[in-house]
Amino acid sequence: MAVIRISTPMTDEVAESLKAGDNVLISGTLYTARDAAHKRLVELIREGKDLPMDIKGQIIYYVGPAPAKPGQAIGSAGPTTSYRMDPYAPILIEHGLKGMIGKGSRSQSVIDAMVKYKAVYFAAIGGAGALLAKSIKASEIVAYEDLGPEAIRKLTVEDFPAVVVNDTFGNDLYEQGVREYRIE
Amino acid sequence: MGECSVRKVDVSEVMQAIKKLAMNTTANVPKGAIAALEGAYSREESPVGKEVIKQILENHRIAREDNVPACQDTGVAMVFLEIGQNVVFTGGDLYEAINEGVRQGYVEGYLRKSIVTDPLFERVNTRDNTPAVIYTDIVPGSSVKIMFAAKGGGAENMSGLAMLAPAAGVEGVKRFVIEQVKKAGPNPCPPIVVGVGIGGTFDRVALLAKRAVLRDVGTVNPHPEYARLEKELLEEINKLGIGPQGFGGRTTALAVNIEWAPCHIASLPVACNLNCHAGSHDSIVL
Repeated sequence: MAVIRISTPMTDEVAESLKAGDNVLISGTLYTARDAAHKRLVELIREGKDLPMDIKGQIIYYVGPAPAKPGQAIGSAGPTTSYRMDPYAPILIEHGLKGMIGKGSRSQSVIDAMVKYKAVYFAAIGGAGALLAKSIKASEIVAYEDLGPEAIRKLTVEDFPAVVVNDTFGNDLYEQGVREYRIE
Repeated sequence: MGECSVRKVDVSEVMQAIKKLAMNTTANVPKGAIAALEGAYSREESPVGKEVIKQILENHRIAREDNVPACQDTGVAMVFLEIGQNVVFTGGDLYEAINEGVRQGYVEGYLRKSIVTDPLFERVNTRDNTPAVIYTDIVPGSSVKIMFAAKGGGAENMSGLAMLAPAAGVEGVKRFVIEQVKKAGPNPCPPIVVGVGIGGTFDRVALLAKRAVLRDVGTVNPHPEYARLEKELLEEINKLGIGPQGFGGRTTALAVNIEWAPCHIASLPVACNLNCHAGSHDSIVL
């Protein structure tokens, strides 16, 4: 299976080169954010204030990791379900976010924003947190420590495995996959 | 009943058992699920689906060997107690002891704390994963069986309940369950375990579905007709094409488990509770 290596920050050209179904290995920086952090980020944008990190060209990973054991960079860290971030994602994409990693389907408004602003949605394997943690080399809290596992973390990743679900052309791997394997 | 038949159990024993269960359960995906994943790996027709199952099995091996949670979502702590009716608890409040076990287990076991104080207004993380969800059954005898499950939120959110008319029958139940799995699609981390509750009341059917989803993969309902329904539902769900992680394939579910109970002449309650491939549970008998 062909694998495409990409790094962050991600350019429009790289985003446009990816197609639904592509296997990628991501290196560089990922920012973590879940429901509560997204709510705060979008409130800041609506108030015209600066975000705690620059999201231009960046990828947000929807994850709330388990605590690191001594000697670990991070505890188990697989994706959480993405639809819960759908109300917040389009405005972040409009402000320069290039990628999101999670699991599960996105709403039409998120898919439309990805097409319009050239962003990509990746899935990582849900429930494979122990395996995925192996490609996370460093983790530091950037904001919202009070949220515990929902704090925003800056992760340094090497060859983090993911699959392109929604590309910049409006394709959806979930729809393609079901169409191919459904038995009527 | 004579005084000699009463057995005293100090709640600190319960606390220690819960702590041990919390610290060990999430690293050890049950054998039945592993065997089902291995079977699915050999049968899966989708190359992408096969690769996903391979990585899931690799993940569960790493979790077991490194003693780390298979999934970062170490869930709501669910505790099911079967208390022998001859048992008297001593040494303190039973529910406080259970929560103390959860607190110590989640903190010392480096497990994620995923509980917020109230659901709607503050949503402040309690930082120790308490309180647990606790169910108790009184049974004959003098022992205490403690079942612990770390129930993840992602699959739980994809669950549902319907109060069908009795005329809907077997077909109605099937339609509801299949529609629920179809609607959930890739969200609950397929391959999934499907827990189905049938009968009882509005509240009881949800608990039946929960008990069903926590039944070991590979076990079969003892009632032949419900066992057949489990098999038929599994076959039909695996025709949906959702596949491992929703990328398309033949393995959408590893098992369909049904638990049922008598119900009112006017009712046919059905509930569907989902769990992911990494769902874990274990038990200790005191």
